[in-house]
Amino acid sequence: MTTPTDTDDGLTNEEFHASLQAFVGQQIGPAMVAPDEVNVPMIRHWCEAMGDTNPIYLDEAAAQASTHGGLVAPPAMLQAWVMTGLTGPSRSGDGPYEQLTDLLATRGFTSVVATNCEQTYDRYLRPGDRLSMVTTITDVSAQKDTGLGTGHFITTQQDYLDDSGERVGSMVFRIIRFRPRGTSARRPAPATTRDSNWWFEALAAGEVRVQRCSDCGLLRHPPGPMCPRCHSLAYDSVSIDGNGTIHSFVVVHHPQVPGFDYPLPVVLVDVDVTGESVRPVRMVMNTADTDPEAVVIGAAVRIEVRTAGGQHLPFAIVTDAPGGAS
Amino acid sequence: MTAAHPSFGDVQVGDQLPPLEIPLDRTLIVAGAVASRDYQDVHHDTELAREKGSKDIIMNILTTNGFVGRFVTDWAGPDATIRAIRIRLGAPNYPGDTMTMTGEVTAADDDTSTVTVAVRGANSLGDHVSGTVEVALP
Repeated sequence: MTTPTDTDDGLTNEEFHASLQAFVGQQIGPAMVAPDEVNVPMIRHWCEAMGDTNPIYLDEAAAQASTHGGLVAPPAMLQAWVMTGLTGPSRSGDGPYEQLTDLLATRGFTSVVATNCEQTYDRYLRPGDRLSMVTTITDVSAQKDTGLGTGHFITTQQDYLDDSGERVGSMVFRIIRFRPRGTSARRPAPATTRDSNWWFEALAAGEVRVQRCSDCGLLRHPPGPMCPRCHSLAYDSVSIDGNGTIHSFVVVHHPQVPGFDYPLPVVLVDVDVTGESVRPVRMVMNTADTDPEAVVIGAAVRIEVRTAGGQHLPFAIVTDAPGGAS
Repeated sequence: MTAAHPSFGDVQVGDQLPPLEIPLDRTLIVAGAVASRDYQDVHHDTELAREKGSKDIIMNILTTNGFVGRFVTDWAGPDATIRAIRIRLGAPNYPGDTMTMTGEVTAADDDTSTVTVAVRGANSLGDHVSGTVEVALP
């Protein structure tokens, strides 16, 4: 899992949208040239897949007798002729489209769904035509709330040219780049101090640790400056072994804060510590991959560091609930 | 394609196209993706599609376009010329479902002998595709 570098950009939605407008009108990379001329074998594969028996695509005599006067390609194949295929080069990593995509990702708009595809055909293509395609970013919408989530619509136009430079067709293609509903909105950041930074830094490195007094050895959590038993200010830490038991829990229904999914179980976990026979500390965390119904007192959990809303945090995954509730 | 195909003069606004049922099996979805040279894993690799949050592989857009074009020329015949296909995408086409395509003539332009057909392809989840096709008739 990669971590979004989810920094606050300090911009209003309107200001962010204005920064996206810089990309409108830009051509995406050089023209893409079709690897092959329009050809009958590819037309045959297409017609077989689509069950298309229109004779103008594969039956020379019928095509001659039609208004088309010879074999033509199915018009909807327009886009297929310039597809890069399985081993074709991917687009260069630093073009305007990639920059736009990266900028949208800074706000968590990383999911993508195509919404509209409009193709117009200036003429039918014939075997022997060699196409190239030029793509331009034509619109980036303001932020929209949709059924999928919140995001921006991006519209591009593809112009398809034959080898004499004449346009043979064009396509307007619209996608939405969005943040899925309820999954990855930013969480409120924890208030860290000089006494607790080390704990969050360990999480960022993928480890859940427990503070230990360097003098008397008492384990304690949450992190604090002083040992409550011997009052020493010296401490180090030990790692947990990843298992625990739900000591208690609440399920939050209201109020709902962006960045969390509701109903939201908040569990207090008795945490196993490596080398310790008793469970000396408890930790508060949310659950992951767990049906809220499976959250019961006494349930065994595995504790993992996950990324949520741009932060690394410990999560409890119920592995075995008493009475088989999991 | 033995049925008679309409000439422009035969067509009235409001005419319905013969519906087309397309059983969406896995082979069809993969064949469409490969025929359109679209090797994105969500169109052929079930495991990776599920990892990305889809319940199964899904039909790609080029295949959807291909079916929309075929649906209209099945009716319009070999002498017709498609001028435009404009579609809006909705519910995914998953294997095991059936897409039923229906169409209605919504406009006819005497100057260009072109009709506009409103097309829908619906599966059990709702409209997979809706849009319009402009087709010139003989």
